[in-house]
Amino acid sequence: MVEHATAATNAVVTLDVALPGIVWGWMITLNMWAKSIATGVILVGLYLLKKYGDRVGGVKTLMPVVSFIFLNIFLLFTLLDLHHPFRMLNIFLHPHFTSAITVGAWLATILTGVIFVMAAGRLLNKLDDELYNKLLWAAFILAIPVTLYTATIMGEAAARELWQTPTELMQMALAAFIGGSAVYLVLGVGDRNVKRDLAIVLAVSASLSFIIYMGEYYFGAMKAEEVAATIAFVKSGGEYHTMFWAGQYLGYIIPVLLVVFGLKNRSQSLLALASVLALAGLWVAKHVWLVIPQLLNLS
Amino acid sequence: MKLGFLVDLGLCMGCKGCEVSCKVENSVPIGMWRLRVKYVDVGTFPEAKRTFTPLRCNHCENAPCERICPVSALHYLDNGIVNVDKERCIGCAGCVMACPYGAIYIDPETNSADKCTYCAHRVAGGMMPACVVACPVEANIFGDLDDPASGISRYIMEHQGNVKVRKPEKNTAPKHFYVGGGEVNLNPLASERVEGFSLFDNITHLKHIGGH
Repeated sequence: MVEHATAATNAVVTLDVALPGIVWGWMITLNMWAKSIATGVILVGLYLLKKYGDRVGGVKTLMPVVSFIFLNIFLLFTLLDLHHPFRMLNIFLHPHFTSAITVGAWLATILTGVIFVMAAGRLLNKLDDELYNKLLWAAFILAIPVTLYTATIMGEAAARELWQTPTELMQMALAAFIGGSAVYLVLGVGDRNVKRDLAIVLAVSASLSFIIYMGEYYFGAMKAEEVAATIAFVKSGGEYHTMFWAGQYLGYIIPVLLVVFGLKNRSQSLLALASVLALAGLWVAKHVWLVIPQLLNLS
Repeated sequence: MKLGFLVDLGLCMGCKGCEVSCKVENSVPIGMWRLRVKYVDVGTFPEAKRTFTPLRCNHCENAPCERICPVSALHYLDNGIVNVDKERCIGCAGCVMACPYGAIYIDPETNSADKCTYCAHRVAGGMMPACVVACPVEANIFGDLDDPASGISRYIMEHQGNVKVRKPEKNTAPKHFYVGGGEVNLNPLASERVEGFSLFDNITHLKHIGGH
């Protein structure tokens, strides 16, 4: 066929340097995953406290403690991933505020401070309800940009066409709702009504996240050349095909089914299992999406 | 002053003199490249030809690396060069993720980001970048884009319609131009990349080099 023999369609790289490989790896995945849980328990926690009040009184302590633990995991792995961890201080001494990394680091630090005060205050019984409520709202407001800012970093990563900020903003928000609701379900917070609410938040968030991934998987490649080349890594025969679908099944499809069965049969253990799988699958799905654009040759 | 670079691909013969001089001038570690010449073969024998494309930092006017750097380690000089402050860099690799041209790497010896600086240290001393000096056919043309009488400005004017930049759709406003560049030269997705044609793709670095 002449179209397969023309010079324009038969170009082959015959000498070049090696591709740089994966620069942002599992530590960044862990960073995003832990941040989703840390902020998710705040976002979902506020909803529970406002709707159910004293019926979920334990959340008042549980929420800042869990959030503080996962914020520190997030910050620790952010730091460890740096090639110069001790120079992290430069973000505060020489901040460059056009960078979403800088803005995120500042906001996350402030949020960690607020959450620390809430956790310590509750554990030491030194925080009255009025101050707690003020801090709760402050934490809630801060948790929103902290959970979303990674999407703007991905947007600023101009080389990676796959990561579009509007889509990633939604995925980050949904990941937080998945993380928050799943953690409360695993910890067995509240009565049956509370668990039903949490299960619905988990299932709806997982469904929406799955739909967005499927949209990217089937339609993203139809418009942009680089997206098509990137998505090829998760399509049939691609290097990350199996891992991509493992993430989708573990993180979204199976948890949604388990929630449906769990609610129908009033089985709390099914809801807890759905939550554990959702948390594991979330990590896998995030990791695949982080890594595949880095496999693309940029020059 | 706005310094820019132009490569006439019709002149480049792929000798890699620029590559070598860049490595020597800037002590670029083995396995890393500030500048490289990529070979792409086009066509089917006997109607085949080899293209050579020198690839380096584009010193974009709207540089994604400068924007994403959290500590301004990547910054503009007054002459338009996008420079790196290796002492300030925290090694987050945000710039590596942001550069659409794959021009930035993390130096395994300093653990800081590094890339072509148009030999800013030489330019500050009134010299041309090392790659320009080394090129035996003067395919590399370097100069002030703001000066209509500069060599690069005149070259661009003389070759209007045949001057291109890489990935213009990224809106980075590159200050690195190519004359005679086609799709296979400038678009990495326009050519097939077969394993086994890479240089030094499995280099092991010492954990720490230098010190006392």
